[in-house]
This record gives sequence, C-alpha cells and structure tokens, in this order.
Amino acid sequence: MSKQIEQLDRVVIRFAGDSGDGMQLTGDRFTQETASFGNDLSTLPNFPAEIRAPAGTLPGVSSFQLHFADHDIMTPGDAPDVLVAMNPAALKANLGDLPRGATVIANTDEFTKRALAKVGFATDPLTDGTLEGFKVSAVPLTSMTVGALAHLDISKKDAERAKNMFALGLLSWMYNRPTEGTTAFLKSKFAAKPDILEANLAAFQAGWNFGETTEDFAVSYEVKPARLPAGTYRNITGNLATAYGLIAGSQRSGLPLFLGSYPITPASDILHELSRHKEFGVRTFQAEDEIAGVGAALGAAFGGSLGVTTTSGPGMVLKQETVGLAVMTELPLVIVDVQRAGPSTGMPTKTEQTDLLMALFGRNGESPVPVVAPSSPADCFAVALEAVRIAVTHRTPVIMLSDGYLANGSEPWRLPEVADLPVIDPGFATEPNGPDGAFLPYLRDEETLARPWAVPGTAGLEHRIGGIEKHAATGDISYTPANHDLMVRTRQAKVDAVARDIPPLEADDPDGGAGVLVLGWGGTYGSITAAVRRVRRTGRRVAQAHLRHLNPFPANLGEVLARYDRVVVPEINLGQLALLLRGRYLVDVIGYNKVRGLPFTAEELAGALQEVIDRD
Amino acid sequence: MTEHTHGGGEGFAGLRLVPKTDTAYKMKDFKSDQEVRWCPGCGDYAVLAAFQSFLPQLGVPRENIVIVSGIGCSSRFPYYLSTYGVHSIHGRAPAVATGLATSRPDLSVWVVTGDGDGLSIGGNHLIHALRRNVNINVLLFNNRIYGLTKGQYSPTSEAGKITKSSPAGSLDHPFNPVSLALGAEATFVARSVDSDRKHLTSVLRAAAEHPGASFVEVYQNCPIFNDDAFEPLKDPSARDARLLRLEHGEPLRLGGDRGVVAGEYGALEVVDTASAGEERLVRHDAHREDPGYAFALSRLDRPAFEHVPIGVFRDVRRPVYDELVNEQVTDARAERGDGELSALLAGGDTWTVE
Repeated sequence: MSKQIEQLDRVVIRFAGDSGDGMQLTGDRFTQETASFGNDLSTLPNFPAEIRAPAGTLPGVSSFQLHFADHDIMTPGDAPDVLVAMNPAALKANLGDLPRGATVIANTDEFTKRALAKVGFATDPLTDGTLEGFKVSAVPLTSMTVGALAHLDISKKDAERAKNMFALGLLSWMYNRPTEGTTAFLKSKFAAKPDILEANLAAFQAGWNFGETTEDFAVSYEVKPARLPAGTYRNITGNLATAYGLIAGSQRSGLPLFLGSYPITPASDILHELSRHKEFGVRTFQAEDEIAGVGAALGAAFGGSLGVTTTSGPGMVLKQETVGLAVMTELPLVIVDVQRAGPSTGMPTKTEQTDLLMALFGRNGESPVPVVAPSSPADCFAVALEAVRIAVTHRTPVIMLSDGYLANGSEPWRLPEVADLPVIDPGFATEPNGPDGAFLPYLRDEETLARPWAVPGTAGLEHRIGGIEKHAATGDISYTPANHDLMVRTRQAKVDAVARDIPPLEADDPDGGAGVLVLGWGGTYGSITAAVRRVRRTGRRVAQAHLRHLNPFPANLGEVLARYDRVVVPEINLGQLALLLRGRYLVDVIGYNKVRGLPFTAEELAGALQEVIDRD
Repeated sequence: MTEHTHGGGEGFAGLRLVPKTDTAYKMKDFKSDQEVRWCPGCGDYAVLAAFQSFLPQLGVPRENIVIVSGIGCSSRFPYYLSTYGVHSIHGRAPAVATGLATSRPDLSVWVVTGDGDGLSIGGNHLIHALRRNVNINVLLFNNRIYGLTKGQYSPTSEAGKITKSSPAGSLDHPFNPVSLALGAEATFVARSVDSDRKHLTSVLRAAAEHPGASFVEVYQNCPIFNDDAFEPLKDPSARDARLLRLEHGEPLRLGGDRGVVAGEYGALEVVDTASAGEERLVRHDAHREDPGYAFALSRLDRPAFEHVPIGVFRDVRRPVYDELVNEQVTDARAERGDGELSALLAGGDTWTVE
C-alpha cells in the first residue's frame, strides 16, 4: 500500500518522555539516520541531572529536539513541529513550546488517571479540548509494542522497554528515514543479549509497519538532502569534536596527550572519549579531584606532554590556582571548561555563557590567559586545535570555553583533510642559551616572548621553576620591585602577542551600509545567525560578527566596533563580553541577555535586533 | 631487603626504567648555585646534605632526576638541588608528580613535602598517590608545626599545643603519618630522623629501591617554632632506649633489655626481654602483605616517644601505576596499530556530498 508523500523543506521534532524511556537514544538514532540521509541538521538534547527521577513526574522529563532541513540551518529550531510525548508529564512539560497546528503523537497507554493526576491534569488533555488546534495522534505505543513482541520469550517489562524503538520506527516511516544504520547499531549494542536485540529490532520494525498500514497516518513526509559544500560528512557533538581536536593537536605537535580530569557534567564525555584512544599515545588520568586533574596535566606538561584538563564551571573554580601556576611557570596547558548554568552547582545539564569573566580574571594577581570559544558543535574541533596551537607555541595555559549546548548538541561536520591542519612545533630547548653554557629558562623569544621549554632528560638544561616570582632571565627567585613590575608586564605582553597570529575579525554585511552590528561569542552563533537571516528577510540591514578569540581579541576589533552606530551583544549571561567591550573600547554596546539554561530562540533575537535597528 | 652499595650493576629496582650513567657524581654535583635560606639550625639542612650525598648512589643521569614540592619551608628543597625541579603550589606536589611520573617513566621523581603541605591542604593527593602506587618517592618532613606561616599548630602537633592560633591549646587530635600512609594502601612506608644521616641515607636508598610509591616520614626539628620537638629521640643518654631500629628479619629490640612481643587483638607490646623470653620477640617482616602488623608497629610510639620505630615498616610489591598506564598504551598500539588521525575523524557514519 503506498501513501501520499508530502515534501517539506524543514522539520523540528521533539522526542519527550521519562528519563528512563530512552529518549536520548531515540533522538540520537533518528539524528544518525537523518545525517546519513544527507539533511543539514542541528540537535538539542535536554535532560534532568537526576539519572532516574521519579517516573511520570515533570522533573523526570527528558527530551531530544532535532531540526533537519533540505538547506543550511543554524539552530535546533525554536519550536517543535512534532512532539512525541511518551507520557502525560512529557506533554505537560513541552506543551508550552508548541505552536498551534503542531503535531502531537501521544502514547495513550501512559495517560492513565493516576499518571494524569501526578502532573496535575484533572482530565485527559488528549480528549478534553486542551489540544484543540493541534493535530493529535493518539497511539497506544506501549501495548502495541508488547503485542508485537508477544511471540518472544521475554518479560513484559523488557517488552515495554522497547517502546522507544516502536516510536523510532514510526517516526522513521513518517519522515522516510533510512533504517540500516539503526539496525546495525542495535545489532552491535545488544550483541551479547540476543533476546533484547530481537525485541528491539521487532519493535522498530513494528513501528515502521504501523505507520505504513494504519489509517491514522495518511501522509508521510520527505525532506530532501541539503545542498551542502562538497565533501565527506559525519554528524558530531561538541564534546566528541573537542576530543578529536585535542587528539589532532597531539598528532600535529608530536606531543603525547596527557589528560588529567575529574568527572563532571557536561564535560565527562571528553574524558570518556579520550580514554578510548590509547593507540594515539593518549594517557588519561581520572584524578581524585579537579585540582589533581589539572595538577597532573601540568606535571605532564613539565615533562614534555601535551597537558590537558577538562571540566565545567564548579571544577574550573577549583583549578584556577593551578592555572595561575601554569601562568607563572609558562608551560603549555589546555583547560576545557564546558560551561553550565551556575552559580555553584546551578543546573548541571543546562547551558550558559557565564564563565567568561572567570576565565579571564578568576585568578589572584595579574594572571593573563588566552581564551578561545567554539561557535558550534563541529567548531569545537578547530577551536580545541587552536587552543593547543596557542598553548604550545606561546608557552601558556589556554582556556577553551565550550558550553553544555555545544557539548551535547550535534550537527553535520565536513571532515578536514589532515594534511591541511596546522603543524605545531613544540621547539623544545636542547642547548644552553646563556653565557658560559648556562641555561636561562626565562630568556624569551623576541617575537612571541615565549620562554624555552626544556624537558627533564635534557642534559645541561637542568632548572627549577615554580610559583614564586622569578628573575626575568635566570628564573631564580626574585623579590626585586622592578623585576616584578617587568615580569607582570611581560606576561601580559606575551599573551597580547598572541593577537599577531589570529585572523582579523570580519563582519558579514552582505547588503552593505548596515548601521547595527550584532556581535556574539561562543555557542550563540547559530541562534544569532538564524536571527540575522530573519531580520534580513524583512528588508532590514544588519551586520554580524562572531568572536572566537576572547583573549586577546582580534587586533581590529576596536576598528570594527567603531564602524557601526549601534552594537548589539547577545549573551547567555548578564553582559560579560559587553563589560569587556565597554571597558576596553569605550563603546556603549547594547546587551541582549537571557539566562534560562537554554539557547536563544531565533525569533526572540530577531525581535530584539529589529527593535534596535528600528530605533531612531 | 637487598643491599646495593652503588647504583651500578643491576641498579635500583625502583629505577629500572630510568637510564643508567657511568658518570661518577659527587655530592657537589647535586648542589645548585642558590643560597640555602632556611633558619640557622633548621633540620632541613641536615636532610638536604644527606640527600645530596645520597643522590650519586642512584647511578642515574642528573637530568633524569626531578624534585617536586609544594609550599612550606621544606618545599624550598628543589631550588637547592642541581636537578630538574618544580616548586608547585600548596599541597599539590603529589598531583603534579603523578602526571610527570605517569607520562615519563624514565625519570626518578621525588616529592618533598611537610606535615602541613602533605597532610593538611594536600592530604587528599597524598593518599591517592600512595594507593595508586605511582613510581614516586615522597619525603615528608614532619616538624609538627607550621613554620613558613610562623608557628600555627599542624595536623601532627600534639593535642593541647599552645601556638599563635591556639592560645588555649590546640583541640585537634593529630595524625600519625606512618599509620595514615599504611591506611592509604602504601606499598612502602618508612621513618627516619634528620640528625641520623647514616640511618636516613639507608632509608632513602630503600625508598629508591622500591618500585612504586614510597613514603618516608622524616622527623625534622624546627628550631624557631617547635624546637626540640624530637629531643627525647636525640638525647644520647635516652635515645637508645626509645628508638626501635627496624631491620628486616631481626627481632624487635629496644635498649634497656626490652623488646616487642605480640599482644592482644593484634597489638604489639613492649616488655622486658628477660622476663618474657628472647624467643617471644617478634621478628620484623617488612614484606608482609597484610598491613596489620606494620600498623601495629606504627602505634608503638604511644605514649609519645616512649618507643619509636624507625626504618622500613612496610615494603611490598604491587603493580606500579605508571607502568600499568603505559602498558595499556602499548597494548592498544599492538592490538590496533598506531592511531591514524584521518581514520579516527572519518569513523562512525559518514556520507559524501558531491
């Protein structure tokens, strides 16, 4: 039986259920299918910090949003076109985000009196008119799954657990997704549990067949592959791209990677990933705490490794004293801070851009550190590699500010040619550099002001370094006032000199003559770009620029800012970059700030930009 | 335990991955050009001299030795040695040394710390380095006081101690560093005294010989803020009666015809040898897997300094952390070949856009 196929240019689907319902896995598989089909895509997982919050409650709702299209897209989508609600809590938690006319696929088996009451529904929203204006497909997902698996010798509980695969099968049919990838994935995941494998495969197939045969779904949809630039692509999350960027940095510098890390949400996946790649000479050390993680990384750096530590806000705070030691000892060190909602424990699984000022200024003394930030999940690769480059060539700790949205979100990534990646020369010191065969560990390169990196095992270069102020050349302890002033200024000048080899900031202004510049940094790039496109579609002019280097800034930043009448700076904080710009360039920038633990929507940003553009 | 006179021949088991040298170093080869700046009479001078004169015995190139310290008087140590050195931050030396030793098994890594640095602010790193059995040697100078901050009580100060920060007497119950190290699953635990150069050198040698983490507590006098803290162990007339010199395989004997016998509940007791009988004396066994005996030994110093064991309490073999880490790297490479970056990046599901 063949049904009508309708063409769409883009769709936003949100899978929502209990945190034990396997929504992240379902979303991830749908994403992989979509990626291999060739759509452009962007994802937004959203889950509670609790591993298994009480079943059926609002705090226990976990969701995964996917935006895919036949053209280049920038964000996971402001609002879902389709909501898959596995229970009443999932419906209640997400209903507010649904525009009228959206489709709701609800698992009616879970809409029991008790489950409804648990989240405060007095009557059944599927039938009481609450969903008027929405397209509701009421599907008994659980009982249909159990029915489809009746021939298998498995428990009812195991059969029910496969309901997410039934839902995935149904959605895969609806959007004409290829299924080979999911079949292969299930076979590999459940290789050791043939019963469970069979159940999941059968549920997946049953979901597909249900779509194919039922009268409930008369139409399926097709979103054609996107016309992306030629190349080989894969779908990648920010954390995975970060791990790969660090390995690339190790390979391109010839330095063995040593990761010292303590598990913390949402950064742990970088530790997990790197621990799997020992064939690259990667050593991962799960430390007793955050401090030991960065301490061990710095010790390894002293020994000539590429020292890396990964963390999130609360862990970053603990590492700062050691980052200060790295500033003082002028050793290469990469610190990845995957920002999350704070302060304190905050909201560990939610995103934020609130660690910028901490990265720049959160240490005692004048303690300058280069800071870089990726703009999208795939960009984490290039930025991690850039962090390694700066750290190694400038002999300095470098902080990379990723965030929870980038870390867990994903998008297609065009694979780079390895030969095109930068070569990073560690340039270890091998010979004495002072008079009479002396080694002066703080005698600097005239251009970069970087000091020599002499590793233990090199005869004749034995030296002692540490956190106490040093003489400008010998590195001996020095309390001389003039020497301290010189060293403070030199450390700053060394970080400032990084700006010489970073590209100038370019503002995108296709129509020319824009009076308003929107300037962002880090993970807001997708939302800002989508908003800018909307604004331009209304006939308004707006220029856009995005900062990858937060310290030092690109050398031409001041000049770019001066070109525009107004500068809007959207940030998921209360104006941290804005504070820096005002202080440094005396530009009265206009902040747009929301700190909800979520990315901006393109709609709200577009509205804010239009309001500024239309001012007179 | 095996006695090595010099670093020649097979060398120290704990340094088997470190290159050997034929250079005949002298003590002066390990002195740096820095002026030593401890207070006159500080026990650290004696420990430094003993350490500098011991280093030639390692038989490894000077450039393959690294001293890592934290913050405190003892932590100035690296500046006075002509090896590589890191003077890190307060309490973190075991963490820094763990990263260094794990990534560079060809180095002889020494951590120099004190009772404040190692047991207070850095206590967490110390216990974890010991349980992991990282190939580092930890020398903890215990002067039972905070020196660099000018005289507050430390985690090893006796309860009731009057200091600047405890005018009415300290309320803290002290750590016994040897007991703590044993509880942290250390594979090598020893104690010595700053003023006994011969004994200290023998303990340093045993520590270097040991593969994995070794922990050495050194009783060290602070003449300014806690002078004569160890006087009962130094006064020649009383010393022999109080010091229990541990020798593997030898009976536990104190001066004054006293010895150590097994007591109740696994404890050890000091008795008159004559009345108890020579045959009841416990023979010291540093190689016992079960740390219970070594722990009982570590509790013998009560009441304070009546009978204090010095020497090697425990010396057992367990796989060494850095060797295990590097074995996993070697195994992965043997199994999967050296990593190919382009293959890694193109792993997973890819698709091609023409």
